[in-house]
Amino acid sequence: MAVIELRNVVKDYGQFKLSLSMEIERGITAILGSSGAGKTTLLRIIALLESFEGEYYFMGEEASEKHRKKITMVFQQPVVFRGTVLDNLLYALSLDGNSSREKAEEILEKLNLLEVAKKKAKNLSGGEKQRLAIARALAIEREVYLFDEPTSNLDAENASIVEKCIRDLAKSGKTIVIATHNIFQAKRLSDKVAFLHNGKLIEYGETKQIFENPKNELTKKFVSGDAYY
Amino acid sequence: MVSLFGDLDWGIVAEITLRSLKVSGLAAILASTIGIPVGVLLSLYNFTGREFLKSIFNTLLGIPTVVMGLFLYLLLAPKGPFGFLGLLYTEMGISLGQMLLVLPIVVSITATSIEQVSEEIYELALTLGASRAQAVVKVLSEALPGIVLSSIAAFNRAVAELGIALMIGGNVFVYGGLANTRVLTTAIQMHVARGEIDVAIVLGLILLSVVFAISWIMNLVKKWL
Repeated sequence: MAVIELRNVVKDYGQFKLSLSMEIERGITAILGSSGAGKTTLLRIIALLESFEGEYYFMGEEASEKHRKKITMVFQQPVVFRGTVLDNLLYALSLDGNSSREKAEEILEKLNLLEVAKKKAKNLSGGEKQRLAIARALAIEREVYLFDEPTSNLDAENASIVEKCIRDLAKSGKTIVIATHNIFQAKRLSDKVAFLHNGKLIEYGETKQIFENPKNELTKKFVSGDAYY
Repeated sequence: MVSLFGDLDWGIVAEITLRSLKVSGLAAILASTIGIPVGVLLSLYNFTGREFLKSIFNTLLGIPTVVMGLFLYLLLAPKGPFGFLGLLYTEMGISLGQMLLVLPIVVSITATSIEQVSEEIYELALTLGASRAQAVVKVLSEALPGIVLSSIAAFNRAVAELGIALMIGGNVFVYGGLANTRVLTTAIQMHVARGEIDVAIVLGLILLSVVFAISWIMNLVKKWL
């Protein structure tokens, strides 16, 4: 059974319209597309942060407020709370009814942030803030994790650390959806790829098929790196 | 000039300084008690007339204290509509007048502080599993330094204004009197009018020190928050 099922979902901003149907299963799904393709809007709909027309089913049930507790999202522009790095994690854990400092520190260590645990979160660099946002999401137990360009501010070493964390999550049976314009990341990380263009789902399939045998010309151009939309 | 300072009655200076702190402190507390909830309402909830109310508070930010003083004087004068309250030439009258003057400051700074963080913090809290009520609480907690700033700004504006203190307070002073209303600003104005510039300068420096000290302490509180 699909974890997420979107049927004829439409989000109309006037100048831009996202319109698609798709099913997302466990594992890692990459939403691939250039800027303005509708990747972030799609993630926000799945996270129940946007109103929309159409049908959205979460594990077979019509998605509603109660399902928000099963989904978390990491935004492209990392947002941090006042207080220290550790406070940020402890707040997320407290919402899960957990106040384990050990768990918070374990996750910070995983993401190379333990050294700055007591630093004010607002004073972190862009890359550190992005890792903190990811750490905060990883600290809580969810069925679905949504990442919007999760490594856009990171150097190669930290990007690889984040990708490993995402793989580990997928191995533990979670559903991961990553919005990215990075074809290499989509290729090495995802099980399935959905290619969006101008708010439409152009092609959706196994990663291997999308990269080695794309059926659509637009997809072919994009995954070969020839496209400039 | 130094010898002239020797003539200064430091007991009186202390009395009017304490009165300034008391009267304007009360004004800031009252304005914060009313203004912070109004600011929260204006920034977080959509309702008819919201933008109109916001524009009124923003316009009132720049109201001259003399105009406000005159308006309040007409209301509180013995034959005015609120004359029966007996607030003219009283400390409470000055506090209430200053409260009206600084209320728009509290409302506007509170609303702006919340609006600056509200959307992203609210959504982030939701994605971490907060209920809508918990997300609102988180927004308010993130905006707390700005809310504290609104109260500091309100106090500083109140303690430094002259128009209301003069027109509603009347600069009443009698040795040992219980109904005195002289505050630092009215005393400075009076000494300048009398040509006692040196005394006015001393009082001005005291006023500046009060404003600086309160701002410094509140900034420490803001950092601690």
